[in-house]
Amino acid sequence: MKAYLSDRMGAALLMAPLLLFLGAAYAWPFFGVVNWSFTLPEPGLGQYGTLLSDPLVQSVFVRTLRIAAIVTIVSVAAAYAITVVWVRGTPTQRVIAEFCILVPFWISVLTRAFGWVALLSNRGLFNTWLQAIGFISEPLTLVRNEFGVIVGMTHFLIPFAVFPLASSMRSLDDRVLLAARGLGSSRMRTFWSVFVPMTRSGIIGSALIVFVFSLGFFVTPAILGGGRSVMVAELIYLRIFQSPDWGLGAAISVVLVLFVGALMALLFRYVRPKQLI
Amino acid sequence: MQQPGRAAEIKAIGIGKSFGSFRALDDLTLDIGRGEFLTLLGPSGSGKTTFLMILAGFVQPTDGRLYSDGVDITERPAEQRAAGMVFQGYALFPHMSVEANIAFPLKVRKKSSTEIKRRVSEMVERVGLKGHEKKLPSQLSGGQQQRVALARALVFEPGVLLLDEPFSALDKGLRGQMQAEMKRLHQETGTTFVFVTHDQSEALALSSRVAIFNHGKLLQVGAPDEVYDRPANRFVAEFLGEINMLPLKGVRNADNGATGLCEDRTITLRGNASAVGSNAILAIRPEYMSIAPEATAGENGIAATAVASTYLGAATRLDLTTRQGAKVTVSVPNEVAASALSKGNSVWLTWPAEKGFLLPDGGQ
Repeated sequence: MKAYLSDRMGAALLMAPLLLFLGAAYAWPFFGVVNWSFTLPEPGLGQYGTLLSDPLVQSVFVRTLRIAAIVTIVSVAAAYAITVVWVRGTPTQRVIAEFCILVPFWISVLTRAFGWVALLSNRGLFNTWLQAIGFISEPLTLVRNEFGVIVGMTHFLIPFAVFPLASSMRSLDDRVLLAARGLGSSRMRTFWSVFVPMTRSGIIGSALIVFVFSLGFFVTPAILGGGRSVMVAELIYLRIFQSPDWGLGAAISVVLVLFVGALMALLFRYVRPKQLI
Repeated sequence: MQQPGRAAEIKAIGIGKSFGSFRALDDLTLDIGRGEFLTLLGPSGSGKTTFLMILAGFVQPTDGRLYSDGVDITERPAEQRAAGMVFQGYALFPHMSVEANIAFPLKVRKKSSTEIKRRVSEMVERVGLKGHEKKLPSQLSGGQQQRVALARALVFEPGVLLLDEPFSALDKGLRGQMQAEMKRLHQETGTTFVFVTHDQSEALALSSRVAIFNHGKLLQVGAPDEVYDRPANRFVAEFLGEINMLPLKGVRNADNGATGLCEDRTITLRGNASAVGSNAILAIRPEYMSIAPEATAGENGIAATAVASTYLGAATRLDLTTRQGAKVTVSVPNEVAASALSKGNSVWLTWPAEKGFLLPDGGQ
């Protein structure tokens, strides 16, 4: 018992610097933001009233939720396919899948966003090629709109969706899949009615983590949306730095943090933190 | 519930399986009769499970052919073989209720929902799971999960039921109960059962025939009393239970058996024993030996000294040494053991002529 206590003390001491840093860099300033949301420009719940009535703020929230939902569905579906190959493929397939999952981690989010601009813009690679083979006559608008934002965000988030899925697929008992086949189930049917349901916790964890990430995305939508597809994080930035409306920016931040916090609480009911890395 | 004709008859001819340079199974030829209860018995790594996986279609043999009712099924994928299988650890679908687990093979076969309902409830009743239909596997005890696995594997009336060490996770009492239950299910369904185990007493208790494996080879197939009383070689003799072995010299065939010399005493063997060389090993199960105060003319017997006894409750196990130093174990009534130890420890070991058998000298 004594050793256990001192172990706990030791752990607390080791964690103290991180906790102090988080307190100083996040918690304390966030209390400041909460304070602004109730006091600027005058004390009261005025900013939260605006938040509920302002059609611009509401349209940004709706767009953010819509984009986050689409990105979540596309990312999880794509990640599922990659993870099946990564966890259950032949050794060569595994290496290729692993390469595809890890390489995006080594390239900065800015570089990747500009990379997509180069690929998707009116005079970008896709449009040039499609015009060259005569598939289209006018360039398609692939960037500086919601489509571009979704492409860029999906690309960024797929690797994050992979890890919870991989963890649930690795812990799956192979004999259950054999049993299904032995009972007469085709490979397709075994996949849909046994494999997929058995990785349910991985799918939920993966979807929640992608969704939470999507809600707060800033750089990718700012670059690929080109100001025409503003998401919540960019709206906060605009309210604080461009139209000095700190109270409203703060109120939006508080709502976003509370919403994300609720989703995280939900996430940890389905997934243990170590499954996410 | 099942027409007897649906039980499958399986023929394996020259089946072999290599994993890289490791030979898991070698030249196995075996007929499994319609409606038979065959046990594949052997230590781990003996090839018994590999053979079961080949029967199920999960493993492709490297050599040989496999026939079911005369049809070559060597290359037929598992899902088309219609063999019911019960796995070690049951392999139930954790996300499905008991009912849904049992209904799965019927759903896959696109049976009508009324038929599925009827057959599932029939099966639930048969294995004694009434009242548990809506539960998930994780809410059941080990024995109940075992019943679900059996029900799921039998509900589509497979021609053969394959069982891979199904009782290894159960405690002893439950094991006996499930064994009896499985015997009953075998009689009721009339289907062919192929059962893998490394527990010899389980094999002897359950099966109509036992196939003994070691190092990827099939050593002997026969009825339980046949393999127990007349093992083909030393490995089989030792694997099936305790056995006493004594060197025998000057072995020759005699009418209806053989004779030879053991420690200067003439020993007769009656029944299936026949000499292969002049030297052999005389093998006798401990429970067939008894202890006498002195030699009786015309009866098998050698002198021995009792060295230790172990009280087992119903009987006493007595360890003895012969004059030439061979170690022998016998199981005797408790009072016999007490008097054997008190009388200067010197006794006479006897056994009926038909209970001894010959094993080749020195070899396997």
